[in-house]
Amino acid sequence: MSSGPQTASAPAPAPALAAGSAEQGRSARLGVGLRLRWGLLGVAALTASLVAGLAIGPASLSVGAILADVASRLPGLHLGHRLGPLDAAVLWQIRAPRVVLGAIVGGTLASAGAGYQAVFRNPLAEPYLLGVAAGAGLGATAEIVYGPAGSRSLLIAAAFAGALLAVVAAYALGRSLSGRDVSTLILAGIAVSLFLTAVQTFLLQQHTQSTTAVYSWLLGSLNSSGWSDVLLVAPYVAFSLAVLLAHRRVLDVLRLGDEEAEALGVNVARVRLVVVLAATLGTAAVVAVSGLIGFVGVVLPHAVRLLIGASYRVIIPLAAAFGASFLVLADVVARTALSPAEVPVGVMTAFIGAPCFALVLRATSSEAL
Amino acid sequence: MSIRSSVRLAGVLAAAAVAVCGCGSSSKGGSSSPSDGAAFPVSVHGTGGVTVIAHAPRRIVSLSPTSTEDLFALGAGAQVVAVDDESDYPTNAPRTKLSGFQPNVEAIAGYRPDLVVISDESPASLAPALRKLGIPVLVNPAARSLGQAYAEIEQLGLATGRRTQARDLVKRMKSQIAASVRAAHRWGRGLSVYDEISQEYYAAASGTVVGQLFALFGLRNIADRAPDPQGLGYPQLSAEYVVAANPDIVLLNDTVCCGQSATSVARRPGWSKMTAVRKHTIVALNEDVASRWGPRMPTLAAEVARAVKSAHAAGL
Repeated sequence: MSSGPQTASAPAPAPALAAGSAEQGRSARLGVGLRLRWGLLGVAALTASLVAGLAIGPASLSVGAILADVASRLPGLHLGHRLGPLDAAVLWQIRAPRVVLGAIVGGTLASAGAGYQAVFRNPLAEPYLLGVAAGAGLGATAEIVYGPAGSRSLLIAAAFAGALLAVVAAYALGRSLSGRDVSTLILAGIAVSLFLTAVQTFLLQQHTQSTTAVYSWLLGSLNSSGWSDVLLVAPYVAFSLAVLLAHRRVLDVLRLGDEEAEALGVNVARVRLVVVLAATLGTAAVVAVSGLIGFVGVVLPHAVRLLIGASYRVIIPLAAAFGASFLVLADVVARTALSPAEVPVGVMTAFIGAPCFALVLRATSSEAL
Repeated sequence: MSIRSSVRLAGVLAAAAVAVCGCGSSSKGGSSSPSDGAAFPVSVHGTGGVTVIAHAPRRIVSLSPTSTEDLFALGAGAQVVAVDDESDYPTNAPRTKLSGFQPNVEAIAGYRPDLVVISDESPASLAPALRKLGIPVLVNPAARSLGQAYAEIEQLGLATGRRTQARDLVKRMKSQIAASVRAAHRWGRGLSVYDEISQEYYAAASGTVVGQLFALFGLRNIADRAPDPQGLGYPQLSAEYVVAANPDIVLLNDTVCCGQSATSVARRPGWSKMTAVRKHTIVALNEDVASRWGPRMPTLAAEVARAVKSAHAAGL
């Protein structure tokens, strides 16, 4: 990817205001034309990754055969010819939902990450911070250990419930300690996470025969996903993204600081609650179907911020688009690197993502963080 | 948990869990006569070095389900005072809360054992800790081949003063397995097999003991195309590869733990188009029989023979 618009060399007017006003100047200069260009690039990246995801996989389906099959399914046209029933099942019932789910998971983790970073004004804030991972992990473990064998929908429901419970617990604990301070909430999330992880470890030690199932889930994988998973998460994810997008301007105001935002008429506490809940709902839903996939929620929003600009009007939608493309491509590598064996996609995201992010960091000025 | 340590754990656990799943059905008693007059002391050359056993052991602790089955099949059951929490076969084995995975040395020593049998899934620190207390330890790793499984039975025979019984047991197992192979291998040649270990598409490749059993029947294992850098023999396959490979025979090892069955797998995405689903050549195995390389291996061989016969009957 190119290094983006070279606007980072703006001289900081006064040290005290440096960070805030430098960012403002930067996003103000990000004109409508430039935003449109990045927007189009986001759409193009997403489309390209979806096509690549559909075309590449361990089952040997040629691109030509796939195109012919797609053409044959277009209504009104009498083009192409269909794949055999087995190949068609591989393409449309296994690979296609996996690609779509990858896009949904990546887009949700990245946009939710941007939302958390905005409301906590903390560059390290991420979807898992408030106990989402630990809660979902405990829920999944409890279901695998105590639930009826082999029920995927119940596993997803348990992980979802665990994630939500953990976040509610972290939020309640954070509020009871101190109503205002943002870092208190994060510390409460860490306390809740450590506690739930301990409970999960204890459960696992008591039921060693469940370890494979639990760890397979924890590592994060899109391997056994189908359309039912897509349908299951779609409503929560749509709601989450809609709320985040609706708040993108308010999140820009929040960047000025709580008091300044209050002075401008923003109900900071309410915005924070709504955005955290929406981001958590989306994250919990995707974590429940995909397991824990690290990196996307932390780093993709930063990459967008560094390359394009610090305004959440830009970051939220573009983080969603690039997060989706990134995870789809990472999953292509996950299922082809050792084909026909799988590599956990959570491993791939960090493996590919961390060096890319290091390059972005080097190529841009660190003051944008 | 960091991703890296999770990966390592998962790799280890995937292999470990295969050998651990627990559930028993029928029981087989251990006879009470201690030994066949074998001369002690004996030196047993095991994985952890040479174990010298001064006299015929009368208080054996087994922390490995496979070794427990071996000991009882040898007729050494009466010499066993405690087995671990996963050793659920035979049902009259003295199951305790002792764990092979998180062993408590004090709790083990509390049984005053004169021989402790463990597998390589116990922490490496266990054997030295027990030896420091003067307790002889025999490490019986999860077998990597049929030959190793037989050798471990013979080692246990030597260690418990039941060499003749061990030889007879191995001979009996070999002839039963050979009979199953003879009955079905002419139809097995060229058929492909997918041996599912877990719903996440972990599968047994030809490097595993069960994989070697498939080879005896002439079966082609679809998991063999997966690179296996760790040499564990249990790669995780892509869902679409399993369907596209369209195996003639599907064996399920996630029936007891995870409720999988021919009916449930037919509902997975894409599976309804697979030959094994349409021709009903999916065989649900008892994963404990199919993951402990002990005296019940002939039962597993008979199941594989049954699967091959049903594929033949279905015109494959």
